[in-house]
Amino acid sequence: MTTTENPAATDTRTITLRVNGREITRTVSTRTTLADFLRDDLDLVSVHLGCEHGVCGCCTVLLDGQSVRSCLMLAVQARGHEVETVESLSADQTNLHPIQEAFAEEHALQCGFCTPAMVLRCKEIIADGRTRTDEEVRREISGILCRCTGYQNIVNAVQNASRRCASTGQEA
Amino acid sequence: MTATQDPARTTEEGPDRPAFTYIGKDRRRVEDPRLLVGRGGYIADMKLPGMLHAAILRSPVPHARIASIDVSAALEIPGVVAVFTGEDVKAHMDPCMNFGPATITQYPIAVDKVRYVGEAVAAVVAENRYIAEDGVDAIVVEYEELPVVSDPRAALEPDAPVLHEEHGSNLGYERTFEFGDITAALESADLVVEDELHWGRSAGMPMETTGAIARPGHNGVLEIYCNSLNFSYLQFLLAAALRIPSNKLKMQPVPAGGSFGSKFTAHKVPTLAGFLALRTGRPVCYLEDRLDHLMNSDHHGSDRYYKVRMGFTKDGLITGLDVDVVDDYGAYMQFGVGTHGNALSQAVGPYRFRDLRYRLRAAVTNKCQQGAYRGFGSEVHNWVLERLVEQGAAKLGIAPEEIRKRNFVLPEEFPYKIPGGNVYDSGNYPGVLEKALSMIDLEHWRKEKERLRREENRYIGIGIATTQERSVFSSTEFWFWFDEPPFPITSSPESATITIDPTGAFQLLLHCQAMWGNSPETVATTILAEEFGIEPESVNVSYADTSRALPGTGPGGSRFTVMVAGAVRGAARKLKKKLIDIAAHTLEVAPEDLELVAARVQVRGAPERSLGLPELAASAYFFALNLPPGMQSGLEESYTYDHPYTTLPSPDRSDLGVFYPIMGHACHIAVMEVDPDTGMTKFLDYVAVHDAGTVVNPKSLGGHVTGGAAQGLGSTLYEELAYDADGQFRSSTFLDYLVPTANEVPPFRIGHVETPSPYTEYGIKGGGEGGRMVTPSAVSAAIDDALREYGMHVRELPIKPADIVATVQAARAKG
Ligand code: FES
Ligand code: FES
Repeated sequence: MTTTENPAATDTRTITLRVNGREITRTVSTRTTLADFLRDDLDLVSVHLGCEHGVCGCCTVLLDGQSVRSCLMLAVQARGHEVETVESLSADQTNLHPIQEAFAEEHALQCGFCTPAMVLRCKEIIADGRTRTDEEVRREISGILCRCTGYQNIVNAVQNASRRCASTGQEA
Repeated sequence: MTATQDPARTTEEGPDRPAFTYIGKDRRRVEDPRLLVGRGGYIADMKLPGMLHAAILRSPVPHARIASIDVSAALEIPGVVAVFTGEDVKAHMDPCMNFGPATITQYPIAVDKVRYVGEAVAAVVAENRYIAEDGVDAIVVEYEELPVVSDPRAALEPDAPVLHEEHGSNLGYERTFEFGDITAALESADLVVEDELHWGRSAGMPMETTGAIARPGHNGVLEIYCNSLNFSYLQFLLAAALRIPSNKLKMQPVPAGGSFGSKFTAHKVPTLAGFLALRTGRPVCYLEDRLDHLMNSDHHGSDRYYKVRMGFTKDGLITGLDVDVVDDYGAYMQFGVGTHGNALSQAVGPYRFRDLRYRLRAAVTNKCQQGAYRGFGSEVHNWVLERLVEQGAAKLGIAPEEIRKRNFVLPEEFPYKIPGGNVYDSGNYPGVLEKALSMIDLEHWRKEKERLRREENRYIGIGIATTQERSVFSSTEFWFWFDEPPFPITSSPESATITIDPTGAFQLLLHCQAMWGNSPETVATTILAEEFGIEPESVNVSYADTSRALPGTGPGGSRFTVMVAGAVRGAARKLKKKLIDIAAHTLEVAPEDLELVAARVQVRGAPERSLGLPELAASAYFFALNLPPGMQSGLEESYTYDHPYTTLPSPDRSDLGVFYPIMGHACHIAVMEVDPDTGMTKFLDYVAVHDAGTVVNPKSLGGHVTGGAAQGLGSTLYEELAYDADGQFRSSTFLDYLVPTANEVPPFRIGHVETPSPYTEYGIKGGGEGGRMVTPSAVSAAIDDALREYGMHVRELPIKPADIVATVQAARAKG
């Protein structure tokens, strides 16, 4: 195999997208994944890579409000879209978003590696303001693996966050 | 020295136990805020100027001589800086650290031969990971394939192909320990239960893999940042492998996204990163990707084949246990057979029998090496014990909870020395069982089971397990296997340094790995708060690099909470004395008349005469002439806490000494439904009660119980690092290796019982390995119970739906 002339390695595109509410324009290698673009080019290191093959869900971000696995997308595919990472809730450790507060209160994290993904997924599912059974919550978070918590406290945190957001009227 | 030399007992047990302000309360963790905003400080988040990235070419074959490696095409790729092979490591470094036989050596890149699928064959260093991977794709290797050894029992046959010529056979290690008289114990039994069991290979599998960044620094110092390894404990061994003086290797602990054993002493990654940085003269980052980790981590878990016998009297009293185990260690034995020392620390479980034989053969095969996974091999022995107790109860017609009660070591018998020599410090096994039974209505479920079977043709099973949860290892367990161990280490300390700065604010320096997903900062600051009456959140915690670190061993064997509490309390005592001496001098009262309450030093009985920490700190730093004569400026104290209770094994090994005495206990009860036609299982209820002595933070201990139980469930029903008969690895992605999702893991209902340890500060016991010590036993028993009419008997983990269905179909075919 001769790879010295590998167009995949050298091809670039200039893209414009919104990330956490800000418009960003960058030139990226076409083969760069969205996850690597967010982590390496924009320093959004909350996007964690657990498998890079679409199973663990740790790299979850919201694309136009819907969760996607950013390891399975190319950065160029996000052109013209709106991307949210956990920093969009709060990047300030002393002033957390109610969902982040709910996770802390319920001890819904141990190592923290799945946490940004779980928080974003929580934001996405509670946005409809509906009351859910624990069973439903389990199904809805089952696309993200957590190796530490055994999930129960994450389920509790989603319920807690849903109550908080309902009572404060804050949009999740 | 014989074993039960009883060390000093602390005052934390019994009715005089002091009331705590912070200990024992549900508190939020101090680690959480940074993690919640995605700033965990993991190794992948770190970028150094000029940093290169490595990717590894891994062997696609299980056993082969490397005939040739052509790296020329890789080197032509723009951005590829260098490629290294086995020739390079052989020329420029010594073998990796090794606690196994000296005749089985390993390098971070295979030398001459590959011995398992996934072993490193070449490392490409490039400007970024994408280019490094291009480089990997461009390397051409010729392999001369060799016959493969996949089954560990076949590996021990005389004509089996040998992996390590220098070692001469595939028997890595063999030893039989006998305590008491097992022949007599089984002969005198009314019932002997015999079984053959297989515990399959799973692994800690944290969501974050192992990674390291190495940088050639100033003064010829090599800096390695990594999320693995026991820092000050083992750093010098890594330096030796890299052929540099240990004071020229500075290792900086980096927080990890989970370990569960997988990062314990994990040295392949930092060793390789160090080697690549030394050879290129540039900072090099090597992060395992998931495929690297699945097929080449340092720590696949235990993979054991048992032949076991247990004797019972007709009343259900256990008379003895005979264990013959072949453990599949894979191609290298980096970590020796310490995982079996672990099993021996609680070889009789919570039961009173005195006769035990334990024969171990460690087999070397064409698989990834074995190491640590939550339980460190004692969880496997727990499962074996409970499998046998379960069968004894069924055969004798005794209820599972009843047979356990009859065999339990009783609260008044502690400290209790088990066959083999380890001591159980304290416990209340009947109390834990009672607590679990009080949380679940067993009679209801037993009636429901009958009713549902009769009326709805549904199959319900109830499984009970009562197991030990040893904590706080002593390093003797790693070498008592050998009559003439090369390095019979007896230390396993932990250290802490407390600094009160000139304004009265607290810095706490820990001398171990950074956070691994456990709660070291929450635990340590809770202790500090308890001692000084400050808020835990006000303390800043950091981790020493090895150029500064005091002795420390880090998390492992559920030791950290106990050990760091001892270290912090020891340092706090020294620092409090200094504060009181300064205050006594200033207030002109005797030190005995002063006490430290809520961050102030005050006169006993006259609290209005007091000095706050900022005033005392100002004196300590800036007003030397106000200090007692001879006192040094500053407010910093360190303390190294040694293992609270360990003794040497006897020279003839008839007594292994005390090596794991801080003994926790747990009882789990699972109610499950099994579908005999699909083999699918479902939880109807699950109760988990743990006794980890004094609980520092119920919420975080509950987290360990739950998370551990979920992992236990994974090992029992889903997870398998599978190799086929040809040695091919079949679990190289997360689509093949099934980590349980929220759909599989049930809500566990948690209970705590507190039997404080008489030997540790505050009476704490370790509980970090949590539910994984118990769940496999409870779930196996529940599945057997549900399908008892079909003769279901779980003998192998993971239990696959197909195995359940096959058992049912075979029974139905027989009619
Ligand atoms: S890293 Fe994207 S799904 Fe695992
Ligand atoms: S908190 Fe560690 S993976 Fe979820």
